[in-house]
Amino acid sequence: MGRTRIEAAFAKARSESRAVLVAYLMAGDPDLEASYSALCALRDNGADIIELGAPFTDPMADGAAIQKAGLRALANGTRLTDVIALAARFRKDDQTTPLILMGYANPVHSMGYLTFAEAAAKAGIDGSIIVDLPPEEDAPLRAIYAQYGLSVIRLATPTTDEHRAAKVSEGASGFIYFVAVTGVTGAGSADPAAIAGQVAMVKRVSGLPVCVGFGVKSGAQAAEMAKIADGVVVGSAFVEKAGDAHATGRFEAAAPAMGALAHELRVAIDFVRKA
Amino acid sequence: MDLRNTWDKWPDANGRFGEFGGRYVAETLMPLVLELEAEYRKAKQDPAFAAEMQDLWTHYVGRPSPLYFAERLTEHFGGAKIYFKRDELNHTGAHKINNCLGQVLLARRMGKKRIIAETGAGQHGVATATICARFGLECVVFMGETDVERQKPNVFRMRLLGAKIVPVSSGTGTLKDAMNEALRDWVTNVETTFYCIGTAAGPHPYPEIVRDFQSVIGKEARAQILEREGRLPDAVMACIGGGSNAIGLFHPFIDDEDVRLIGVEAAGHGIETGMHAAALNGGRPGILHGNRTYLLQTDDGQIIDAHSISAGLDYPGIGPEHAFLRDMGRAEYLSCTDDEALEAFQLCTRLEGIIPALEPAHAIARVGEVAKDLGKDGLLILNMCGRGDKDVFSVAKALGMDI
Repeated sequence: MGRTRIEAAFAKARSESRAVLVAYLMAGDPDLEASYSALCALRDNGADIIELGAPFTDPMADGAAIQKAGLRALANGTRLTDVIALAARFRKDDQTTPLILMGYANPVHSMGYLTFAEAAAKAGIDGSIIVDLPPEEDAPLRAIYAQYGLSVIRLATPTTDEHRAAKVSEGASGFIYFVAVTGVTGAGSADPAAIAGQVAMVKRVSGLPVCVGFGVKSGAQAAEMAKIADGVVVGSAFVEKAGDAHATGRFEAAAPAMGALAHELRVAIDFVRKA
Repeated sequence: MDLRNTWDKWPDANGRFGEFGGRYVAETLMPLVLELEAEYRKAKQDPAFAAEMQDLWTHYVGRPSPLYFAERLTEHFGGAKIYFKRDELNHTGAHKINNCLGQVLLARRMGKKRIIAETGAGQHGVATATICARFGLECVVFMGETDVERQKPNVFRMRLLGAKIVPVSSGTGTLKDAMNEALRDWVTNVETTFYCIGTAAGPHPYPEIVRDFQSVIGKEARAQILEREGRLPDAVMACIGGGSNAIGLFHPFIDDEDVRLIGVEAAGHGIETGMHAAALNGGRPGILHGNRTYLLQTDDGQIIDAHSISAGLDYPGIGPEHAFLRDMGRAEYLSCTDDEALEAFQLCTRLEGIIPALEPAHAIARVGEVAKDLGKDGLLILNMCGRGDKDVFSVAKALGMDI
């Protein structure tokens, strides 16, 4: 198999001496049409990789912003099949931007790992981050993903020591998502100096690019993280834009607002020149 | 009293009971659950740990709890002899303290000073707050908003004991959301905090830990019935929410193939209405709160809210070992509606002078049928896992009385 879209995205950023911007949005919030526009706006404004959130009723690793986004998406009837269809729609006109499904195990388990992997690969999804499937539990999914060329993206955290980093790296591909704080999404913010050593350790042990997320909301914070990692993940701040659009009832306002934030983040990240 | 049995090989090294159980947690928590498992293995081998626990069980909790012949209930149904295992007589009024005591002692061994817990009916919260008061530990209890309202006496008890109550309004504000919120707290405060899970569910090793600590119920009951009747019972019965009191009663009898193990789930308004909490009778396997087990869920894998008049049974999942026992055909799982539980609550109160909690009232509602099925020569034990004081307000409301 040739280079994956994820590998290509990192290679491109490296050739431009910069970190990648990974943007998260909740599919179906405020509705699927707005999510499609948001995907395009994020891509057009510099997001290198997009995480497509799949809603779940019980997101126990998420803070208030993403919890509410998930409930809004579910309230308007978003199903896992809709999330996959949204990816397929985006992929029709975009062959390069990696799409990563991010969510919890039960909806995927409920669909069946094989059915899901088949549908995801066909839709042009590149991999997944399943928050509650640690390496100890994702072997069945991993075996199926290998057949479909999908990446298993794992999380490393401040509780990950070198021994654990080796475990996290087993069978992982694409990149490692380093969770900067012990806590839920959108809460607190990390001190880049405090995690820089650990990020470097995870990169060395895994041999994969490392993207840092959790608590990154502004351009300034993103720039700080870009100095110590291969990429920066921003989630809750984008999701809040969708929440604002929902609150005002002007769903069409979500995509431009998310695009503007992506632009701000990307400018800040680009400012940090990487070797 | 060490009654090892062949089922002790479950969970396996991966924390599985057959295809159920496991460790489905966020990566931040993985090192913690692995550390807890290692610490528990050490504690299990340590005679000092067992001795400390035994001493507190005897002098603080009041174990062993009596095995009581419920003579008038037996006469009423006209079938097998019905015994109650009186775990409602424990300090704090329910079986929950058996497990809290063990877990808090573990937390102390691990040097953790802050204990968090989720609670539905409030019994686990009260038990945790009690043990924390006893050892001078900080205690934070997460409780769904709905439950804070319907279990006011327990909320006040927890506050008196020095615990901080966090009402949970996220999601649907019930026990499952309280558990989500406790997990969010744990992931945030990993260094200082021990999560004291109240039921035999959650990520490995919790289902095993809770089962082991609660097995004191079955171990005592087994010895007591042998002494009283000279033989094993034909059936043991318990209500099931997450299933901690039931697994505690069942486990020491699992190898006794002639002893029927009968769990009773909460059918709420009736399983056919969709408004119930019967994960085994009305759910299918899925992944939630760290384990793979039977869950109430939509065809798209979204969790459905449970419904039960009993806050302690109002949970959309079930401990993984029960899922396993059911699929292996070793245990039977019946169900009981809100109305049936209310009737049984009153019947037991009038006939035995024992006000049961609404949770065991679910088991009492099915005990007549089982007793008749076993016949007059039969013998059965029902776990009276909690007392009903906490429920008098909600029962009065359900019966249309104003107190």
